[in-house]
Amino acid sequence: MSESLQVLAEPGGATASSVPAVRRGVLRRLVRNPLGLVAAVVLLVVVGGAIAAPWLTTHAPEAADLRNAFGPAGPGHPLGLDSAGRDIWSRLLFGARNTLGGAVLALVVAMALGIPAGLVAGYAGRWFDAVASWVVNLLMALPAMIVLLAARAILGPTVWALMIILGVLAAPSFFRLVRGIVVNVRHELYVDSARVSGLPPWRIIGRHVLVVVRAPIIIQISLVAGVALGLQAGLEFIGVGSSSDLPTWGGMLNEGFQFVQRDRTLMLWPGLALGLTSAALVLLGAALRDVLEDRGTDPVVRRRDRAAQRAVAPAVLDGKAERSPLLSIRSLAVSYALPDGSQREVVHDVDLDVHPGEIVGLVGESGSGKTQTAFSALGILPYGGRVSRGSILVDGQEVVGLPTASWRRLRSQVVSYVPQEPMSNLDPSFTVGHQLVEPIRAATGASRAQARARALDLLRSVEIEDPERTFRAYPHEISGGMAQRVLLAGAMSCDPRLLIADEPTTALDVTVQAEVLEVLRRLQQERGLGVLLVTHSLGVVADLCDRVVVMQDGRIVESGPVDLVLTAPREPYTRRLLAAVLDEGPPPAVAAGRAGQGER
Amino acid sequence: MLLYIARRAAAGVLLLVVISLLTFVLLSLSGQDVGRTLLGLNASDQQVAAKNAQLGVDRAVLAQYVDWLSGAVRGDLGTSWFTSEDVGTAIGNRLPVTLSIMVGVTLVTGVLAFGLGVWAGVRRGAVDRFVQVFGVAGYALPGFLVTLVLVLVFAVELGWFPAIGYIPLTDSVGGWLSTITLPIIALSIGSVAGMAQQVRSSVIEVMRQDYVRTLVSRGLPMRSVLFRHVLRNASAPALTVLGLQFVGLLGGAVLVEQIFGLPGIGAMTVAYTMRGDVPIIMGLLMVSVVGVVVINLLVDIAIGLLNPKARVA
Repeated sequence: MSESLQVLAEPGGATASSVPAVRRGVLRRLVRNPLGLVAAVVLLVVVGGAIAAPWLTTHAPEAADLRNAFGPAGPGHPLGLDSAGRDIWSRLLFGARNTLGGAVLALVVAMALGIPAGLVAGYAGRWFDAVASWVVNLLMALPAMIVLLAARAILGPTVWALMIILGVLAAPSFFRLVRGIVVNVRHELYVDSARVSGLPPWRIIGRHVLVVVRAPIIIQISLVAGVALGLQAGLEFIGVGSSSDLPTWGGMLNEGFQFVQRDRTLMLWPGLALGLTSAALVLLGAALRDVLEDRGTDPVVRRRDRAAQRAVAPAVLDGKAERSPLLSIRSLAVSYALPDGSQREVVHDVDLDVHPGEIVGLVGESGSGKTQTAFSALGILPYGGRVSRGSILVDGQEVVGLPTASWRRLRSQVVSYVPQEPMSNLDPSFTVGHQLVEPIRAATGASRAQARARALDLLRSVEIEDPERTFRAYPHEISGGMAQRVLLAGAMSCDPRLLIADEPTTALDVTVQAEVLEVLRRLQQERGLGVLLVTHSLGVVADLCDRVVVMQDGRIVESGPVDLVLTAPREPYTRRLLAAVLDEGPPPAVAAGRAGQGER
Repeated sequence: MLLYIARRAAAGVLLLVVISLLTFVLLSLSGQDVGRTLLGLNASDQQVAAKNAQLGVDRAVLAQYVDWLSGAVRGDLGTSWFTSEDVGTAIGNRLPVTLSIMVGVTLVTGVLAFGLGVWAGVRRGAVDRFVQVFGVAGYALPGFLVTLVLVLVFAVELGWFPAIGYIPLTDSVGGWLSTITLPIIALSIGSVAGMAQQVRSSVIEVMRQDYVRTLVSRGLPMRSVLFRHVLRNASAPALTVLGLQFVGLLGGAVLVEQIFGLPGIGAMTVAYTMRGDVPIIMGLLMVSVVGVVVINLLVDIAIGLLNPKARVA
């Protein structure tokens, strides 16, 4: 039920990074959004009717005519008469004044308290934040309806005072929204630099902070207004508000409910007014959110495309060299569905082979399509992405359009994945040990004890000092380097023959990088793995790889044995990549290669 | 974990004490002359003073509060000024009605919201659009308006359920069900709508996490990824919302009990607050805040169990 006061504009959404400033043309875009337009029109009509009530009605809302009680609609009484012979149309319009006025009062109080407090608490923090947050927790533990009823006991039947209290109770929803965003913004670099450059706090708040909280506040206003309206009407409905003569929608509903057997229309009109207004407020909030936050709508993944995923015919591949028995990619294209329903191809015509016992480096700058290519070979493209053309053989099996069950067999027996970010790739809610044991058991059906022994062996094999302790630890209790070793151990758990590593060292310190690469090299040699190593570091390539494939803008621009490509690149792009590395100091292999050239 | 629970519980108790003190002081500010109200205009000033002394309202507010508090911790919430009922007993008689509804709503909400939310988050497509539209609609309409429509359709027009009244569980199971079904449906619509939205967006959020992709790449079956890893990580924010909704649900119960003529503590609140019966008001507020504190404590414990990081924070 919508009596919950603690509405949040977007559960967990609206972070500083995703909230652009309110832009010009918001109104125009809002009008173009059909729901937003309808909602805005309904609200305008209701507010206009409330303001113009004296000119739109011919009878006073209190004027009773008992002889004509329950009178039908007719001239002068467009909606008929109520149980006391009062004009329903007039009561509806004047009632809008009281009902909307009450909601607006609550809203203004909530904003006046919640927004400044949230700004200060979020920006300055310290004791004010502690105190304010505690008060907010207290307010949030109070059931609004019961507090309002208790307050009525003290204050008497005055709905305006109750609306002020409702405003206080609703203030936390603004406070929490604003504080949360401001805390995020405060740690942004541009705010730091503004502070360092000596801008006074109020200027920073005005310049940088208000801009960010403006849009979420506007959305929040429409949501809180809807809730306040509902509560106001609810109070009037149970008759704790004003005297029965004063027209309000809640009061009219109450009257209608009492006489429901006699005349349904008594409930119809105020119910319709309340429902429409309330719905319009929330819909307006939803539309505003779409417009203000520029939220990317979900990609439209059509059924046809999903089906197409399965139907992609492995291209007839003539003469493009012999295909590797381990991993062989031909004419691969990867496409993403866009919100407007169209498709964008991000990887075009990629051919690539990894032979057993071979390390192939896949290099390119960010956005060159190297990770997309790697994900295709694992069948783990994100939602909306699919292989739109080409053929991928893993262990001699065509995997384009492969059903999930067969994928599972490949993943737990042949191919395995080492991700880039060590910390975000471990589930924070489970121990390291659990995350190793679970796949082992799923793949081999081993007993718990067997799987545990195997997991400890794996941890030892990636040179973790105290495997028992790491086994018991939660991800947040171990370091990044340790986490990457754990992931490497996890990748080894199924005795794979093909390892696909996506920038396995990028997120690590330089010294830890070297150690992890050393482990990777040793495992590869011991087990004769084929490795596809995605990286942007030519140093790593020179150090580790046998062959290298260079990608740019979703295409392969150059490939060949490492010594050849790194010493005598044919493509200008590869030369640029190399030059960028050389600026940072040459990797040993490249330096050696050059020395060799010099001697000749 | 124990320390974490202890800290949460202590915070809850502190909250109770502060709220009770604030309420007590605020209620005593009303300046109503209880003795005069009770005895009427014909009573002499002496009689009124004696009545006030008997009720203890002639003393300093803080002294009265300390008395009330020392009684309350022993489970004695005092006596109603107007009906001389024992407050604890009066509330205890009506609590089962409200509890029946609250427990029912929480169960319905938990099951439906998780079911719909997970389904929408995983399958997307048409189910997803339905959950989103339903979420907006459930939010958009004031709960009591929805309740009125339900009464009109299912009780008045179709006559499937009684429009008003309550039959205790101890009298007849069928009767009990028939009287609480419609109230539970009425209250559940909004809370299912709100929480399904939350579950949906948490599920989508978690599905995008790197570790889900990694788990899939390890050859785990989709259902263990979904039901063990995704659900566990997605439920913490959803449970937080459930805790918040409980507070709103108490307010909703007031209206729903009033509409259905159920003799619960919601209807009792409406009746007794009209007269300014301070001991009863204090008792009712405390019972509802205790309910909120307990629910939040349970939510905190559940989150602590689900998410090892929360225990440290």
